Amino acid sequence: MLIKIIDPTAAREHEVTPQALYLDRRRLMASTARSMIAAGVSGVSGLMSSMAFAAKAYEKVPKGSPFDTNEALTPFKDVTSYNNFYEFGTDKGDPKINSGSLKPRPWKITVDGEVEKPTSFDIDDFIKTQKLEERIYRLRCVEAWSMVIPWIGFPLADVIKAARPTRKAKFVAFTTLLDPVQMPGQKSKILDWPYTEGLRLDEASHPLAFLAVGLYGDMLPNQSGAPLRLVVPWKYGFKSIKSIVKITFTSTQPKTTWNIMAPDEYGFYSNVNPNVDHPRWSQGKERRIGELFKRKTLMFNGYDQVASLYTGLDLKKNF
Amino acid sequence: MKKLSAKQQLRLEKSGLLLALMLPLARIILDYFHDSLGANPVEAMTHRTGDAALQILLLSLAVTPIHRYFRFRRAILFRRLLGLTAFFYALIHFSIYLVFDQELSFGDTFADVAKRPYITMGFSSLVIMLPLAITSTDKMIKRLGGPQWRRLHKAVYAAAVLAVIHYWWLVKADLTAPTLYAVCLIVLLSTRFAWWARQRNNKPVIKQPG
Ligand code: HEM
Repeated sequence: MLIKIIDPTAAREHEVTPQALYLDRRRLMASTARSMIAAGVSGVSGLMSSMAFAAKAYEKVPKGSPFDTNEALTPFKDVTSYNNFYEFGTDKGDPKINSGSLKPRPWKITVDGEVEKPTSFDIDDFIKTQKLEERIYRLRCVEAWSMVIPWIGFPLADVIKAARPTRKAKFVAFTTLLDPVQMPGQKSKILDWPYTEGLRLDEASHPLAFLAVGLYGDMLPNQSGAPLRLVVPWKYGFKSIKSIVKITFTSTQPKTTWNIMAPDEYGFYSNVNPNVDHPRWSQGKERRIGELFKRKTLMFNGYDQVASLYTGLDLKKNF
Repeated sequence: MKKLSAKQQLRLEKSGLLLALMLPLARIILDYFHDSLGANPVEAMTHRTGDAALQILLLSLAVTPIHRYFRFRRAILFRRLLGLTAFFYALIHFSIYLVFDQELSFGDTFADVAKRPYITMGFSSLVIMLPLAITSTDKMIKRLGGPQWRRLHKAVYAAAVLAVIHYWWLVKADLTAPTLYAVCLIVLLSTRFAWWARQRNNKPVIKQPG
């Protein structure tokens, strides 16, 4: 297995301003400067920087997690226009077009099941209690394509700790909003709505498991699962459930949507595994968005540190 | 304006049809250069050429019923062009897969064809279309003779059925599009059964093109 050693002194991909953004900024500065000079206003630089940066909600969130990959980021445009989010349509372009009807504020999140005290929070109060950070993760879809995305959020483990699960809790289940008005795709019975997902409690407590509220330094766009979504980078993308309204601790393995839909194709675990093909297509390779040819898929999507969660488990049977 | 001869008129109409049939390809090329094929251009090209191939193939299967039931006799003159264009798009569709998915490795391609039922179906469909395309020159039609040629070209029904199964089997959850294609195909094929049944009942028969 190839392990990349990151030179801590080298500027990493995400620390360098993407060229397009840089050029945009130059253009903005030039045009702003011109108009400023024309109007005879001083203090141009202060105004410029506020114009260029004020819009992003999570710009100041700490970057440089030890879990970051140093691979090139997938452009924002691709991350937010190529999505599987069947609640808004089954074409990958649909979620961006149709998700305007989703209202991510106000938003309530319920934590219940095998916990000492079931509660519910408003999303913003919930975020306030968390320490936000950036995580640059690979995302590998079960359809054999992948992206590299800078998420903003907090470790799922922190939420689990705060929820104080009882001794009976062995799994964590997640539920997406059920509202066909906000999510028009739910009007057709393609999947068994609402979308549900789940993890074993030890998987959910792994430091890589992440709850995201933003990407690229800003709030999550609706099509990316606003206002709160799961990110489990060593599993196929569909495990990373979007627009979560409920987190439930359970003693038995929860039912998960794609597993209900086709149990022989989508297992509960759904760890990225190049050695176990989907019955209908190969999982040995993937197309990184932005590239024309395919690259090899890595075991656990390259996150070898999770391997110890599965010692003794036959990953061919428990796919 | 000078009046066109029947032959010139037909040539003009065929050119117009060909131009229309090349629109999906033109759009792919334009979108490619405008960088508007989306985040996954290879997938977009695969989908668009596959759709074009199947749609035009079904259109070619609609010619005979239109000719028979609506007495639109000219339609038959465009059938060959439709069939060949369907094959043309299927060939591009397969080439994209061969180059970008399999990187021209014939070993990997055949392994994939053998292993993945939906690829097996698509590949069989293309393989069936190949001799039909080859025997579509005037010379070949003459050489085979009408009845022989018509019998061979009945294989297009199999090609269409396999192509619809190909689509059916690759879909993850939303079967809307393949269902629509399947319904179209079933309607088109039933018109043949209805015709054959009628022919058998009221003999003698006037020979009609297949
Ligand atoms: C060697 C032959 C073929 C191969 C290897 C092949 C391969 C593929 C692949 C890889 C896809 C995309 C699957 C996905 O995105 O999950 C696809 C889709 C498709 N193919 Fe083929 N194919 C072949 C032949 C054909 C033929 C002969 C037709 C029609 C006459 C056809 C029609 C389609 C259609 C309609 C789609 C779906 C497009 C969409 O989703 O909009 N294919 N094919």
